[in-house]
This record gives sequence, structure tokens and C-alpha cells, in this order.
Amino acid sequence: MKVLVPVKRVVDFNVKVRVKPDGSGVDTANVKMSMNPFDEIAVEEAVRLREKGIATEVVVVSCGATAVQETLRTALAIGADRAILVQSDAELQPLAVAKLLAAVVAKESPQLCILGKQAIDDDASQVGQMLAALLDWPQATYASKVEIAGGKATVAREVDGGLETVEMALPAVVTTDLRLNEPRYATLPNIMKAKKKPLETLDAASLGVDVAPRLKTLKVVEPPKRKGGGRVADVAELVAKLRNEAKVI
Amino acid sequence: MILVLAEHDNASVKSATLHAVAAARKLGGDVHVLVAGHGASGAAAGAAKISGVAKVLHADAPHLAKPTAENLAAQVLALAGNGYTHLVAPATGSGKNVMPRVAAKLDVAQVSEITGIESPDTFVRPIYAGNAFATVQSTDRIKVLTVRTTAFDAEGEGGAAPVESIAAAPAAAGGATVTGQEITKSERPELISARIVISGGRGLGNGENFRKLLEPLADRLNAALGASRAAVDAGFVPNDYQVGQTGKIVAPDLYIAVGISGAIQHLAGMKDSKVIVAINKDAEAPIFQIADYGLVGDLFEILPALVAALPAR
Repeated sequence: MKVLVPVKRVVDFNVKVRVKPDGSGVDTANVKMSMNPFDEIAVEEAVRLREKGIATEVVVVSCGATAVQETLRTALAIGADRAILVQSDAELQPLAVAKLLAAVVAKESPQLCILGKQAIDDDASQVGQMLAALLDWPQATYASKVEIAGGKATVAREVDGGLETVEMALPAVVTTDLRLNEPRYATLPNIMKAKKKPLETLDAASLGVDVAPRLKTLKVVEPPKRKGGGRVADVAELVAKLRNEAKVI
Repeated sequence: MILVLAEHDNASVKSATLHAVAAARKLGGDVHVLVAGHGASGAAAGAAKISGVAKVLHADAPHLAKPTAENLAAQVLALAGNGYTHLVAPATGSGKNVMPRVAAKLDVAQVSEITGIESPDTFVRPIYAGNAFATVQSTDRIKVLTVRTTAFDAEGEGGAAPVESIAAAPAAAGGATVTGQEITKSERPELISARIVISGGRGLGNGENFRKLLEPLADRLNAALGASRAAVDAGFVPNDYQVGQTGKIVAPDLYIAVGISGAIQHLAGMKDSKVIVAINKDAEAPIFQIADYGLVGDLFEILPALVAALPAR
């Protein structure tokens, strides 16, 4: 069974982003970039499936400019077998990415696609569900446990208020939640090995899909500042303030 | 016309639906609410009472009892061609699961977690964990939206909309099936709609302390319990307690953060709360920068004292 894992290069989760003064977007020049954390969990899960003998090959794919190669190499260092770069310098919105991935699925015929549940830059949480829709495959989003047996996936999903278990026939789409696994650190020897693993480049235009943006960003602004920093000395003062000043208890 | 996908448990509509209807009313046009369930006449009747709703569409079938994304999407898609300009759902676990599937099938974009509506085609939404807000304009013929519930005041009761039974869309071929559910039973208010939320972080040390120290306070204040991602990661509490960018977004009247340092991703989930209290032994913790009332000290001493200072309900 082949597993396809789409990954995204995003501003590192530790970076506090700055809005550009002209309001056109967020400043991503000269900031640290990393693999989206939920995508790391997806790569880890796929590699574990191969280590258990359930998956035979783990292919990672990323859509974007040449720089996303770096993220693909990180995925290869975690243990993916080969990588595909779908190269495009255009702005790619979730629907466009899902269409590009569907075209890659048509070429690669994986039995399972594992994606992060959401990218921490646009916080859209759409691509996995959209990919499943375009392929007409079943989906199990927000997975905290994945079991594959007999051509089926059994997935525990994080839902509001608890967990839900779904069963679906393969091929299928899974998106990862936090508790699915803890991704390993790539070791130096594996980082070296990753440099020699195959990385194929596809021109996005050659896949024949419409990637035109559907949403036009008119402006990007800073959030309203919250005035905080107030202090109380002890429990008695806290209770008095909550009761008499804030009037919330 | 606007179609709102109701969030419900068959017996009644969830509060998230009231917020989604409030957003839908700002779009201009008749608001219809879809209640897709099984034995859900209670929820349909509840939806009909929400003020500003013109019509409730009630689809009933066994495969909609605990619907998968595939089946719920099929139901929305069966209606989407009836002249709707907007398809709206609350940005809950269920709404976020279903709506992108609907959007992709319609070949349109989804606008996720909108917090503002500037015009019927222009929306405000948070990006980068709420560290920036983008105003986006949709060029699609149908706008698919999920609504951040905390950004729109819940619509009240007072409506008397007709309930129309509609044919349930057939179950999606080859879709997933729900084989089990483990819902945490709790007497406490729901995290996303509670008036007071108390959240614990890694400072509590372990799951036992979390319960022992925070539950009595939650009892006194009739509060919901939440947690930071660090506390969930450390296994103190289940994931559905998580407040933050990748968990639940809350904006209660009072948010009490206990032993939480205030990572960006946590602040993203609670910084719109009306009043924020922070209790932490580290005076430099970032949570104090956004707290209205910060109390520096040992939470193991402060919490019992706080409980003692509040009347039992």
C-alpha cells in the first residue's frame, strides 16, 4: 500500500508574525520557516505504517515555490521514501492545492492520503476534506488513532465533546490531530540520507487544473490590542474586583 | 437566500447554531435552517423558534442520525442548487468537517471561521492564530462560510418559522460509517458557550491536581473547564478540553487561566474573553500581559483560598 502525505512549508510556530505596513499581508521575508506541525504528525504516521509493514512506500508532496524542497527534505529525513514538488510561484489557495493533489493522486494511485488537519498560517482547515471530495473518497478528519487492516481504515476522531470512531474502505483521506503521535526528530545520519532520496519536480501548469484564486485579499491588519497587565495582590482583592469592578461573579 | 446547517443532537439545536444564524442574518436575504438528523423533530422545532429564521428544512433518515461528512455534505448539496447565495455553518468540529467537502463539490472556495461580514461577498477572518485579520472578497457564485461563533452574538428566541419536511438525500456510496462514540458526560456548561471558563495548564503538574484543584472552583462558579495544549499534551485531560488555535475558541464573560504561561497558540483561543484572570507563579509569564487581573503566586495555595472565598451554590 502506498501512502501519500501532502506537506506545507509555513512560518515556524514560534515566530510572532508582523503585518506589513501597507496591509497587503504578513511579512514572511527573513523569518524562520518550518514544516506545518500537523503535517509532521502526518509524515510520522505514514512512516510508522511502513515500519509496521502495512505501508510499502511513503511519498510526500508539496505545492509551491522551489523553497518548499527544504520541507520535503525534512519529510524525507523523518523517513519518507521519495518526494514530489509541484512547482508554482502563484498564490495557491486551499481549493487549488486540493486540485493539484488530486492530480498527483491520479498519477500515483495511493491507497491512503494523510494530511495535517490545518496549516498554522492560514488556519483554513480545508485541504484534506476538499481532496476527499474531489476524489469521492471517504474522509476521517481530526484523527487521534488510525488502524489499517483488511482494506479498511478504522479511525478515532476528535469531535466536540469526545471521540468518534469511523470505519472506511480504502482508498481514503485522513487528517491528523494533535494526539495521533509524537513525531520523531530527524537524526543527522537520516538528514544526510534524505539528501540522496529521489525528489521529482512537476510543473503545476502541466497538471492541467485551474488554480486561479477565488478569494481576493483586500487587506490584512493587526488584531485590536488588548489592554492587560492589571495586577491584584491577593485572593481577597481578586474576588472583590471580580464582584464589584468587573461584575462577572 | 441563505442556508444555515444546524448543529444539533436530534433533541435540540446547539447554541453554535444561534451564532451561525446571527451571522447569516447579516448577509441579507431569507435565512433557512437545515436540520438533518434522525428523530430530530425536537431540534427542528427548536430551530423554528430562532428569531429571524424564515423556514426550517427538516430531513430525516437513519443515516443522518450521527451523520458522516459524506452524508451531511450530500444533504447540503441536494439543496445548494435551489437558489442559495450562501451556505453557512458554525465553525465547530462538525461544521469544519463538512463544509470544505461541500465547497469542493461545488467548485467554490470556503471562507473559514469568519469573524466579520463587510458585505455579502466580503468577510473578515483571523489568520496566523489570530495575530492578523484578513479581509477577503469572494468571487464565487455561492459563498461557503464557517462562522466563528464567539464573533457573533447568539440569536434569541421569538421566531415561529414553518418546518418543511424534505426528502433525505441518499447515503453517500462508499462513505465512512460511524461505529462508535465516546462523548464525555458532564454536568458542567459546554466549553464554547459557558459564561465562565476555568482553564488549567502545565503548572498544575498532573491530571489529579487538575481535577482536585479546578473542579471545586468550577462548581462554585458554574464554569466550564478548559486546558492549554501543554496540559493536553501532558495527558492531564482529554483533547476536547483544549482551548487555542488548534482547539476550541472561547470568549466567555470571565476566563480564569491557572498555571498557563500564555503561548501564542493558547491566547488565540481565549483573548477575546471579556475579563481575563491569570494565576501563575512566574511574574514574567506572557499571560499577564493580556490579563485584566493577574495574581502572581503559588496556585496550590491560591485555588483553595479562592474556593473558600466564594459562596457555595
